[in-house]
Amino acid sequence: MDPVTASLEVSGLAFAYPDGHQALFGVDFSIARGERVALLGPNGAGKTTLVLHLNGILTGGTGTVTVAGLPVDRRNMAEIRRRVGIVFQDPDDQLFMPTVREDVAFGPAAAGLKGAELEERVDRALALVGMGEFKDRPPHHLSFGQRRRVAVATVLAMEPEILVLDEPSSNLDPASRRELADILRSLDVTVLMVTHDLPYALELCPRSLILSEGVIAADGPTAGLLSDEELMRAHRLELPFGFDPRSATMGA
Amino acid sequence: MHVPDGFIDAPTSAVTGVVAAGAIAVSLRGARRELDERTAPLAGLVAAFIFAVQMLNFPVAAGTSGHLLGGALAAILVGPYTGVLCVSVVLLMQGILFADGGLTALGVNITDMAIVTTVVAYALFRGLVKVLPRTRRSVTVASFVAALVSVPAAALAFTLLYWIGGTTDVSIGKVATAMVGVHLLIGIGEAAITALTVGAVIAVRPDLVYGARGLTQRLKLRVNGELVDAPQAEPAAAPAARSHRKVWITGLVTSLVLAGFVSFYASADPDGLEKVAADKGIDKKTEEHAAADSPLADYGVEDITDARLSGGLAGVIGVGVTVVAGSAVFWAVRRRHSDDTSPTNTNTTV
Amino acid sequence: MGAGHAHRLYRHGHSPVHALPPHTKLAATFAFVVVVVSTPREAMWAFGLYAVLLAVVAGAARVPAGFLLRRLLIEVPFVAFAVLMPFVAEGEQVDVLGMSLSVSGLWGAWNVLAKGTLGVAASVLLASTTELRELLLGLQRLRLPSLLVQIASFMIRYGDVITDEMRRMRIARESRGFEARGVRHWGVLAKSAGALFIRSYERGERVHLAMVSRGYAGSMPVIDEVTASRAQWSYALALPCTALVVCLLGWTL
Repeated sequence: MDPVTASLEVSGLAFAYPDGHQALFGVDFSIARGERVALLGPNGAGKTTLVLHLNGILTGGTGTVTVAGLPVDRRNMAEIRRRVGIVFQDPDDQLFMPTVREDVAFGPAAAGLKGAELEERVDRALALVGMGEFKDRPPHHLSFGQRRRVAVATVLAMEPEILVLDEPSSNLDPASRRELADILRSLDVTVLMVTHDLPYALELCPRSLILSEGVIAADGPTAGLLSDEELMRAHRLELPFGFDPRSATMGA
Repeated sequence: MHVPDGFIDAPTSAVTGVVAAGAIAVSLRGARRELDERTAPLAGLVAAFIFAVQMLNFPVAAGTSGHLLGGALAAILVGPYTGVLCVSVVLLMQGILFADGGLTALGVNITDMAIVTTVVAYALFRGLVKVLPRTRRSVTVASFVAALVSVPAAALAFTLLYWIGGTTDVSIGKVATAMVGVHLLIGIGEAAITALTVGAVIAVRPDLVYGARGLTQRLKLRVNGELVDAPQAEPAAAPAARSHRKVWITGLVTSLVLAGFVSFYASADPDGLEKVAADKGIDKKTEEHAAADSPLADYGVEDITDARLSGGLAGVIGVGVTVVAGSAVFWAVRRRHSDDTSPTNTNTTV
Repeated sequence: MGAGHAHRLYRHGHSPVHALPPHTKLAATFAFVVVVVSTPREAMWAFGLYAVLLAVVAGAARVPAGFLLRRLLIEVPFVAFAVLMPFVAEGEQVDVLGMSLSVSGLWGAWNVLAKGTLGVAASVLLASTTELRELLLGLQRLRLPSLLVQIASFMIRYGDVITDEMRRMRIARESRGFEARGVRHWGVLAKSAGALFIRSYERGERVHLAMVSRGYAGSMPVIDEVTASRAQWSYALALPCTALVVCLLGWTL
């Protein structure tokens, strides 16, 4: 894949649910290879709807989504699903197999991997999130933070082109939150992080998009967007009490 | 209505097994058009729902148990083919896990509770939806009627199978009276639950109701201030002429097979006929009594004096007429509507 | 699939019966029931032998008799039917304890009772020694069409979801002073059904999305290839084969 091809390209995306409720009103943006981008927006802005378009679970509206040059349509669906790894908000939705190992193996096995190759893929993904020793444990016996890490591993095992995380920091205690941040920073993969945890976005993502009322309302460096009080207020985004984006140290 | 092992004789079990397998094979082909990847879990939910609903058992006076069947709900929510599959899966799992319904009686149970209910209900539903105005309320009303009729239809089919291959010598009149009588009542409960469920689903998630797919309107999308037509969603455009024809054919074939069964047994089994003749004198009085206040009385076939034969024929005719009439109505109407149905594309992702 | 927990019918254990590959157990159970059903009802001793065979399997599986007998209670509605049969069936009558009973009815009752009970016992043994997920894998390996396996697996997943939602809704109803007693309250219960359906669907839908996102396309990927060795097959099929011998004796004697 040549480096000029964007990892993800969304243009003119509009979508309405069958009950007539329209969630997206023409979304355009593009993410280059290796970028880490935060998608910010208040509740009901259409973030989850947008995420479900990225791997073709929702289709039928107008506009296009392209992943590493490959358009999301019915013909490419299997390949698209392999390239776009989505980590859902609730790890309990993501982990449905009886053991951690089988859960992580699910994706690659569905793609046709088996035997030693599959085993190696599972081990590598679990090592990336530091959950190697929990391989044979049932997921529901792990702590919430551990489950979220396993959920990330289930997606990493598919070696995706782009990792999409839906509210990765929700319900995590500060230690788990930091551990997850370290893991995400160590990965060599394009990341799109959907969140309203603004300090986390600032910590991890140099660039941010603001999705509001179904359109991209702003696109720019995270620190700049968070410092623009006018913009923040207009889109119902609030920084935690006492947090100043200008003085926070950025990780990049 | 779950038939245990040893209740229906081996030949009948085997033949119904073949019928069931054939119907499932047809349904598997048909279901590919009905299900897309978003509705696949819906089929599982419908199955689980039916599983739960079938747990509510009412004892039937002269013998077996009666319960809600769920075939109508399945057909309307996920389509007739998938509906057959859902109920069949429920019966299979009940047999394996809960030993509810014998494993060797699976064919009987599937024919009776999965195929008859689904086909009768869907044919009727389709017909009604075509006749009634195109509103959501009509869908609910049609579900009510379809469910109401499907349950006694299954009871009739059961009676018929029992008449052909029952291993015990209980008079068919008694079985029919008990089964159909009770199932008319159960049918009301089934109709209420089906209509309420379909109504509730259609109010919140109309996209999940297979039977209402024709009702969805084209969405208008506002893109950067301009109104644009949403492209037709691919799987939603499924109501193809072919699939309708197949439903109709399946219904017809099922009723013909059932009818064929009877004539086969009646002619190839003179013992059975002699027995009928002999019994006629013995229990004439009870039979007459039973038939008089039974709901089947209206269905009695006039020229045939024997209650057993009459009851059995009423069964075939009941199932057959319902299926054929229901299908015929919608067939006739569909021809008029055939211009609005666009040709389907049958490419499915695997 | 479903969550990792075992179903209530399953009895955890490490017996040789538990260890058999699920498809061999399914095949054996099915073959056994077929043999039992095709045994003539007059050969009463044969049914006794079948019961002994099942008892041996239960012993090998270390399933206690009490557990097995309690699970057999599912049969009660049919027993009621069987008991009624001698009274309602026609034909030759005999007098027992002053009651006039039909001979064919008695035979019919015995037939249903004996074959039904053995069938139920075999299924109970299968369910108590095999996990749900294994059962599904077994069905898949016995070449049950994948769409059926898929529906069955979603059904089991949703079974849990529905029970859970039903409990929540019941608590919500009862905490507002509603109690379902008799026919008058069926209306409320029926209305709950629709709500239950939507709630369950939307909860299960998210799991499905997660599966689809990881490339699920209708059939569970095979992670561990389990094959049955010839020894395992012969071990599992010992039950129906022995039963077949009994059955043949039943026809000839």
